[in-house]
Amino acid sequence: MSDKEPLFSAKNRKLLKNPLGSDNPITVQVLGICSALAVTAKLEPAVVMSLSVMAVLALANVIISLIRNTIPSRIRIIVQLVIVAALVIVVDQILKAFAYEVSKQLSVFVGLIITNCIIMGRLEAFALGNKPWPAFLDGIGNAAGYGWILIVIAFFRELLGSGTLYGFKVIPQAFYDMGYQNNGLMILPPMALITVGIIIWVQRSRNKSLIESN
Amino acid sequence: MKALRKFLDKKKPLFQKGGKFAKLQSSFEAFETFLFVPDITSHNGTHIKDAIDLKRTMSIVVMALIPALLFGIYNTGYQHFLSIGELANTDFLDICIYGLIKILPIIVVSYVVGLGIEFAFAQMRGHQVNEGFLVSGMLIPLIMPVGAPLWMVAVSTAFAVVIGKEVFGGTGMNIWNPALIARAFFFFAYPSKMSGDTVWIAEKADSFSGATPLAHAANLVDVKGEAALSFYQQHLANAWDMFVGLIPGSIGETSTIAILIGAVILIVTGIGSWKIIVSVFAGGYVMGLLFNLIGGNAYMELIPAWQHLIMGGFAFGAVFMATDPVSGAQTARGKIIYGFLIGFLAVLIRVMNAGFPEAMMLSILFMNTFAPLIDHYVVQSNIKRRLKRVKVSA
Repeated sequence: MSDKEPLFSAKNRKLLKNPLGSDNPITVQVLGICSALAVTAKLEPAVVMSLSVMAVLALANVIISLIRNTIPSRIRIIVQLVIVAALVIVVDQILKAFAYEVSKQLSVFVGLIITNCIIMGRLEAFALGNKPWPAFLDGIGNAAGYGWILIVIAFFRELLGSGTLYGFKVIPQAFYDMGYQNNGLMILPPMALITVGIIIWVQRSRNKSLIESN
Repeated sequence: MKALRKFLDKKKPLFQKGGKFAKLQSSFEAFETFLFVPDITSHNGTHIKDAIDLKRTMSIVVMALIPALLFGIYNTGYQHFLSIGELANTDFLDICIYGLIKILPIIVVSYVVGLGIEFAFAQMRGHQVNEGFLVSGMLIPLIMPVGAPLWMVAVSTAFAVVIGKEVFGGTGMNIWNPALIARAFFFFAYPSKMSGDTVWIAEKADSFSGATPLAHAANLVDVKGEAALSFYQQHLANAWDMFVGLIPGSIGETSTIAILIGAVILIVTGIGSWKIIVSVFAGGYVMGLLFNLIGGNAYMELIPAWQHLIMGGFAFGAVFMATDPVSGAQTARGKIIYGFLIGFLAVLIRVMNAGFPEAMMLSILFMNTFAPLIDHYVVQSNIKRRLKRVKVSA
């Protein structure tokens, strides 16, 4: 393209915006569910996880997009894996150095970002066929779409399950004295799945175009 | 009655198309058919042309539940006065009144919350209001401990109706028994109010042990030798009390006699499947016998197989939960497999996992999940057998 496209053209804005709603990786494409279930019992790990995924996805998208014309298509998956793995290790080490407690909570799930379907999916579907800047925006958009769902789930699970938000107590002691109890089921993984289901339900009843006809 | 009919007829046009309250048509219809047997039957297709609709069916199940409910009311009072040592000084009526005061709020909460959500959903979707909740609303209080806080009952009921039923499309579409979903939610969300020895007896005196026989039995896993035998004789040998139901437990589940009366009503009217009921008991008995033979720990050795059938919620689950026509198996052979496995698994979980003393709930929910699969293979095997016959004769 010789004539310069503005950095935030309508097309590029769409790359950022669509994954947040009508093309959301979790609620519409149903990718990355496993980590959504595993790290959302508390808000803090969910936020850290979202940021980690954002860093890995955006950088991986850019790198793959930069070398997309030199990757032989037969071994492209391996190349992608190497890049993603390298980035995940970097993120993991940074977390261990600067946020050790959270890193311990997230334990294996940071390492498992490598297997997060969203990342491989975006690399395959977008980065391999687009320029670095749109690929970067696509990475940020999809990670944000993943992240906000995670944070919403974690918000409800921590609020109802532990009575705290980001580690701070938000439900006053007077409630407990009156007989209120935290909901133990919210801490267990099934409730994360049900919360995802409720979000999908709400989204589809607001946006009829997402309902499959079969 | 006639005045009521006239009143309804007069108001009816208001709720029909073009009327003032046309939007509330399904609510109006729900009340009308609740009060009067509808005079319309289906005319075409493969419908069964019978005016006995879902409401009448459900009413019979509710009737079958009444013995268990009445006994639950009596037992609640009985356990309370027993625990404070006043049983001899209290007459029958006071016991019943005390029980009624404790249980009525739970029933009211369950019905108000459940029916409220049902009506709201029916109105929103423009469906008719379904009566499935008439039964669920009665089952839920009967499987709750009497000490359950009302707001927890409300939350569990709401969860069961929304996630257990409406998500799948309402009455008749649910995969699991909604009442059991409510109990499972309660059990996992607020375990301190569904186990231990304080919740089963209303306003229990502190010195009195309120543990259920099931909880006592679970202790047998760790006790050995002589101690186990004396523990058994102290806490579990009184099988007659278990059969009659004068033991701590969920409100409606304690009395095997009352449940059997309900079972007779269900079987005679043809509403509950005797195949399921009998095979659940058979499954539990077989598993109990197997454990008696293996005898790995005191729980397996000392509890005779038949005692499993009268402890805890086994009988209640077999008669009222497993027979749910929506979530259970539909084919004749499927029903037997489904029922047998429910009893089998219930005793297995009870004995092997002390963390889940009330295994009936889990095993029924588990087999609910598998019911369609069982039906599928029963139908397939039938088709295969008939195809073979065709080939041989041809």
